[in-house]
Amino acid sequence: MSIATTEFDVATPAERSEDYLWTLNFGPQHPATHTTLRLVLKLEGERVVDAMPEMGYLHSGFEKIGEHLTFNQYVTVTDRMNYISPMANNVAWHEAVERLLGIDLTPRCKYIRVIVAELARISDHLLCNGAVGLDTGAFTFFLYAFYQREVIYDIFETLCGARFTNSYTRVGGASQDFTPLVIEKIRTFLKTFPKTLDDMERLLTRNRIFVDRTKGVGVLSKADATNRSATGPVARASGVTRDLRKDEPYLAYRDFDFKVCCASAGDCYARYLVRMAEMRESLKIVSQALENLPSGPVNVGIDQRTALPTKKQVYSTIEGTISHFELSMANRGFEVPHEESYAAIEAPNGELGFYVVGDGGENAYRARCRPPSVLHFAIFPQLIRGHTLSDVVAVLGSLNIIAAELDR
Amino acid sequence: MAVNPSPGLELPENVVVSRLDELANWCRKNSLWPMPFATACCGIELMATGASKHDLARFGAEVFRFSPRQCDLMIVAGRVVMKMLPVLQRIWLQMSEPKWCISMGACASTGGVFDTYAVVQGIDRFIPVDMYVPGCPPRPEQLIQAIIDLQDKIQREGTITGREFDTAGRQLRKRALVESADPLTIDASRNPVLQRRLSEFAESSSAR
Amino acid sequence: MSEATSSREPSSHDPAITGSERAADEAIAAVTTAFPGVESSVFRGQRRLVVPVERSFTLLESLKEAGFDLLVDVSCVDYLEYRGAKHRFGLVYLLASTATNARLTVRVFVDEPVEGDDSCPVVRSVVPLWEGANWLEREVWDLFGIRFEGHPDLRRLVMPEEFAAHPLRKDYPLQGRGERHNFPVLTRDRS
Repeated sequence: MSIATTEFDVATPAERSEDYLWTLNFGPQHPATHTTLRLVLKLEGERVVDAMPEMGYLHSGFEKIGEHLTFNQYVTVTDRMNYISPMANNVAWHEAVERLLGIDLTPRCKYIRVIVAELARISDHLLCNGAVGLDTGAFTFFLYAFYQREVIYDIFETLCGARFTNSYTRVGGASQDFTPLVIEKIRTFLKTFPKTLDDMERLLTRNRIFVDRTKGVGVLSKADATNRSATGPVARASGVTRDLRKDEPYLAYRDFDFKVCCASAGDCYARYLVRMAEMRESLKIVSQALENLPSGPVNVGIDQRTALPTKKQVYSTIEGTISHFELSMANRGFEVPHEESYAAIEAPNGELGFYVVGDGGENAYRARCRPPSVLHFAIFPQLIRGHTLSDVVAVLGSLNIIAAELDR
Repeated sequence: MAVNPSPGLELPENVVVSRLDELANWCRKNSLWPMPFATACCGIELMATGASKHDLARFGAEVFRFSPRQCDLMIVAGRVVMKMLPVLQRIWLQMSEPKWCISMGACASTGGVFDTYAVVQGIDRFIPVDMYVPGCPPRPEQLIQAIIDLQDKIQREGTITGREFDTAGRQLRKRALVESADPLTIDASRNPVLQRRLSEFAESSSAR
Repeated sequence: MSEATSSREPSSHDPAITGSERAADEAIAAVTTAFPGVESSVFRGQRRLVVPVERSFTLLESLKEAGFDLLVDVSCVDYLEYRGAKHRFGLVYLLASTATNARLTVRVFVDEPVEGDDSCPVVRSVVPLWEGANWLEREVWDLFGIRFEGHPDLRRLVMPEEFAAHPLRKDYPLQGRGERHNFPVLTRDRS
């Protein structure tokens, strides 16, 4: 096997006669790709005539392994899918499984999932915008962003023991309840983060170099965004108002007051602005959810037979003991209907959904993930045509392509 | 490192006597230039190690260079899959000697949770590895510890001619390689253990 | 699809039905009258249509004209070991409308052609309707081996070009067939 496994021929017959064009290989190991993806660029001087994206450099068989793990085990694998915001993947996966099972979560669990998903959105946008800043020359901005990510890591570590790959949710609930310490840490974050966000905006939003490098670069029109299945901040920066939190309120999003952040320019700068604005809206959601956090249990009751009962129930009731025993034993877990369903959440990157097929057993028969990154990466050649080579990194960064979600 | 070879002899001031190996190791260990081969989740923790709070610069290995020609430490962070392995090997070949390799995380070391058709079950089957970091992903502190350990290892075992890299026999013996579809791709000529195992395998398969 | 599928058509006067679901129901009603033989079902509030493969393109075209302008996903399920399955593969088209927020799942079932081992099922590509289907259909071809007729650039998407199998088929083992270790080994001496 050699490295050049495929002969790329990106030229049209008319261009093939223009032999002054030259081909540049970009990736799969390149600092500005952040992850493992490959572009074959066709250049005329410094201008990009065409680009041929190539992926699969991190294809690890996520969907195949989903057919061999139980519904609770697979959550560890979803952590590694969009590894910038693992919590959002956990919520999306169990949202789909619970849709298939027809479970209605407890109010407290819904609020907790909203809080962790919004914190994940903040940390995702921090890294994405920080990396755009890094690639366009603003290293300080990146350090500011990463420090706040560490604060969110710390909250998650206090919550569930893992700072990065959390595996937090369970079918019908979550692995841990919020403790007073977690709530206190989130409150501190809510107080301190707006100040950093202001600092970050002052650093970059009106920075001449940054604005010149991103404004008018990689423009995606509204019609194209819909036709090419773009979702999330990429689509909203082009004027598509679709946001699943508003349009199909899942979990408890109906209860909160927040805005859908949109822009109409559709360029890299608009995508940056949408992400910055979404962080502020997420903060609003988190603070509303935290102040109105319902009391009561996190997991659904014993009668649903999906989530583990509490220690008190196990030791003091016979139903709790039986349920705990059955759920812990192999081949004695809960059964799913012989059916299939799809559920999606508004992940930081766009619509992240799972199409789950159950065959009555304790594993999914098929666990299809609908990854936003694939569709965004497919748009890339159209966005970069006619721009210069240095714009490649700005456009790639603003699309926020995560290879593990791209290839799965 | 400062050793006075003959106690009777008085050395002039500011003169330190040492072995050439020691001196080379001292230079090498304190100027590690890492080449981040970041593929997946571990890459984000690698970024966290270099970014604020953990600050790898305190340990003298913060000069991340993305060109393999300039680096002497490859940090493979994340799983390596079939399509990526030839790229990894070519980048390893492009780095100049002396060079070291840290396999960061469970996926790079063993394949981790991804025992699937596409994921290479440990990069040490295909390239030499000096240091393994456990964890999925490892915390930044663990990676920093691995770099410190590697610095110790370089100081302890290094030679100016690079004799310590002559480990082909050891490296092959570590590897079971029973999964390999094509035994012909393995160079067994220098490894008696592997030769015996391969001949046993050939006998058993012909008997079947 | 199983026996458990509820085929009850919810009435549009039901107050529990949201506006987006009503829009989906109207689209389904229009399509089932225009295309006799198309089955519809509802599971957990999700509207689904099962379409014969030869008419899938024209049906999807009319759905696009009816307002389903966003193609959310194209994927596939291999029903080789599925209890009660009548066909080998089932394609899944998830559609949505950005105006009414209605969602619709369109299922197309195909079988492997019996003659010849290397022949693959063929379905007409929807890239002329939604540009976003381009890579999604390439992925289905790569992982399941279903050809899309009329696709502009049907190459493998995630697996290497020289890979022979279609790994998400149920008859392909999880650990593969040894492809992942078929590489030369670099030692310290040689590098």
